[in-house]
Amino acid sequence: MLRYVVNRVLLAIPTLIGVAVVTFFMLRVVPGDIVEIKLRGDGGNVSREVIEQERERLGLNKPLVIQFVDWMKGLVTLDLGRSMWTGNPVSEEIGSRLELSLQVAVMAAVIAVLIAIPLGTLSALYRDTAVDYVIRIVTIAGLAVPSFWLGMLIILGLLWAFNWLPPLTYTPFYVDPIANLSQLIWPALAVGYRYSAVVARMVRSSIVEVMREDYIRTARAKGVFERLVVARHAMKNAMLPAITVIGLEFAFLIGGLVVTEQVFNLNGIGRLFVQAVSRNDFMLIQSLVMLIAVVFILVNLVVDLLYAALDPRIRYR
Amino acid sequence: MLRSCALLTGLAAALALPAAAQETPKRGGTLQFAISGEPPNYDCHANSSFAAIHWLAPHYSTLLKFDTANYPKILPGVAQSYEVSPDQLTYTFKLRPNVKFHDGSAMTSTDIKATYERLRNPPQGVVSLRQASFEDIAAIETPDPLTVVFKLSKPDASMLANFASPWNCIYSAAKLQQDPNFPKTNILGTGAFKFVEHVKGSHWIGQRFEDYYEQGKPYLDGFRAVLLSGAPMINAMNGGQIMAEFRGFSPAERDRLVQSLGEKVQVQESGWVCKLDILFNTAKKPFDDARVRRALSMAIDRWGGAKNLQRIAFVKEVGGILRPGYEFAASKDELAQYPGFSENIQAAREHAKKLLAEAGVQNLKLTLTNRTVAMPYTPTGLFVIDQWRQIGVQAEHSQLETAPYQASLQSGNYEAALNFACDFMDEPNLQLINYISKDQSSLNYGNYIDRKLDELYEKQKRATSKDERKRLIREFEQHLFKESYTAPVIWWHRYIVHDRRLKGWHITPSHYLGQDLVDVWIAQ
Repeated sequence: MLRYVVNRVLLAIPTLIGVAVVTFFMLRVVPGDIVEIKLRGDGGNVSREVIEQERERLGLNKPLVIQFVDWMKGLVTLDLGRSMWTGNPVSEEIGSRLELSLQVAVMAAVIAVLIAIPLGTLSALYRDTAVDYVIRIVTIAGLAVPSFWLGMLIILGLLWAFNWLPPLTYTPFYVDPIANLSQLIWPALAVGYRYSAVVARMVRSSIVEVMREDYIRTARAKGVFERLVVARHAMKNAMLPAITVIGLEFAFLIGGLVVTEQVFNLNGIGRLFVQAVSRNDFMLIQSLVMLIAVVFILVNLVVDLLYAALDPRIRYR
Repeated sequence: MLRSCALLTGLAAALALPAAAQETPKRGGTLQFAISGEPPNYDCHANSSFAAIHWLAPHYSTLLKFDTANYPKILPGVAQSYEVSPDQLTYTFKLRPNVKFHDGSAMTSTDIKATYERLRNPPQGVVSLRQASFEDIAAIETPDPLTVVFKLSKPDASMLANFASPWNCIYSAAKLQQDPNFPKTNILGTGAFKFVEHVKGSHWIGQRFEDYYEQGKPYLDGFRAVLLSGAPMINAMNGGQIMAEFRGFSPAERDRLVQSLGEKVQVQESGWVCKLDILFNTAKKPFDDARVRRALSMAIDRWGGAKNLQRIAFVKEVGGILRPGYEFAASKDELAQYPGFSENIQAAREHAKKLLAEAGVQNLKLTLTNRTVAMPYTPTGLFVIDQWRQIGVQAEHSQLETAPYQASLQSGNYEAALNFACDFMDEPNLQLINYISKDQSSLNYGNYIDRKLDELYEKQKRATSKDERKRLIREFEQHLFKESYTAPVIWWHRYIVHDRRLKGWHITPSHYLGQDLVDVWIAQ
């Protein structure tokens, strides 16, 4: 198992190098750079000398290959460089937002799993009954309704019903759990609903599929209680594709909540991404893309390891 | 109909200004408000966006400042009095004796000198965006700790206003000596509020400075500015989480707030020293021909456009190169003499078609480069394209993100572009510099050289009489519009909606002014 993990980690290196090369050079294809945005503001009169000096200071005048090598050297030593906008270390810029995004992602994942697995299972077990139809309507609505729109409805609903809105700024859970949850529970619900719909559909189809398998029929023939058949024999195998979906959706949530973060005014990775792109902050964009790539690779690795834990037939070498 | 009536009644109530002068300011309270952008650093001298000054202004003082209740009147700042020599070459400031930095150190003329030396002649590695504004300062003298004398090499009509610019924050000489870039990452001013914290991407907190030099001020215990924009900002106002946003609201946002909050909010409005111009790239054919540029300018029905666009965008006034209403701006009659400002749009368009024919241009197709920012760029861009269509010109709307947009203008990779400019005050030096020759101004994206404009600019800058200056400005404007290097569209109009309990804040034509929060208080 350890060998498998080491192999997977080593295999991730070429993937990450590929991501780094594509991101770095694609960003440089776009005309314009951060210096103009930074110095001209609302149309300020800045001399060309000042602009050139700033470009020089940020290293934007160096040949592209040198810039790339410098960045890669930094990556190897886990030095992500400095934001071209604020001048702060990129790790600091990302770190302060990652906590919030991770918490929303975890809360949304928990909500999704808690809703999706029972609903998906019930839907499969009571296939083509009223229960199934109701659950299917709920899940299809979850897929159809964008999270940000649901977020807007939640905000307006809270304002209309209670004349109350979630706090505008983030408080860490360890500082004030109530303030923290009263801000983050709403985006987690908005995102978790869509997330649960995706997972519930997958759980349903997997269970329907598994329940037709020979070993289920054998278990029933042996007189095993239906509840045990489902819980012990069907669920374990049906969970395999669901875990893949849960993992991928979780990875997506780390950087993909751009609009939802805007709706709830969350200072997360998605918003940082938008700010970095609108300012052409190359160093920050590159690092954010790398972070998301790493998250996807790690989540996939965890999913693969969970496969082995759930299905004894799967063994990694 | 009923909805419109309700909205109008609400607007009338919101616009009805209370007798603020009769109210006695009250101490206490924390003002929570929104700002929709964040600065790259904390250095006033190196920034030019509201997204910097709205955070920074409460922490700093300036030599002089604008009286926002009586704009453009200038008031003393850390200077308690000033004197200008008759030849306008010497400016002497007497400083207040009780001004302290937030670390407790006293502010003296040495700090003023160090600040202005940094502004006019920044050391290596320091960015000063106001270098050009102070290029005429030949020497700064400090005969005693409370006197500072600026000696100019030539008179400059805008100099006094420059001393009142909110961008010229006073820094500590001692700190600048240790590190000339100290203000980039630290906030140490003499303003009404001490800096407490800035959580990037989230909020900024300031706390009342007990040793502020104006006794009894500020009234607020502190402020908390939150990074917010768009719908969440409107929701936050509706929910009472913030009391204001001080850049500006769109008419739709204003209406929504007035409708939902009624008398709880107050609306202040003003012309805005921000404008949208159509730039023509004179290095590209057929825009090298003044007749083509003039035809495109004449096709635009500014008067009709202003009437309709103001319903959906924060634009309203028709004007030339200076803000309508400003003392040096062209009057309506004077505007009518310029090509493109006639109220008889049919005749103007017929003339425009003739000009295009004379220039040998048929079925003109062009690309209008614009920003992706919705307000007010998108509606204005669409309006201009529609106006051109009416003289048979087809334009494609190319909306770009800020960086590629600026890169297009800089590199001359455009045909026509909708350009914007905002300034901290009405001042011909600031507004006219956009139009002088490319080798004289980094703001000229039209790629033309016109020595007549350069000469007139310089002359009006040095004029010591108002009448003379006004005459020179008219001549400048006349020549510019005859050549039509640029075609002004419609000037911005500023709407501020704030909680009615918020007092002491007055709208001005600039969103950079009046943000020191010294006079702001909350009626409980």
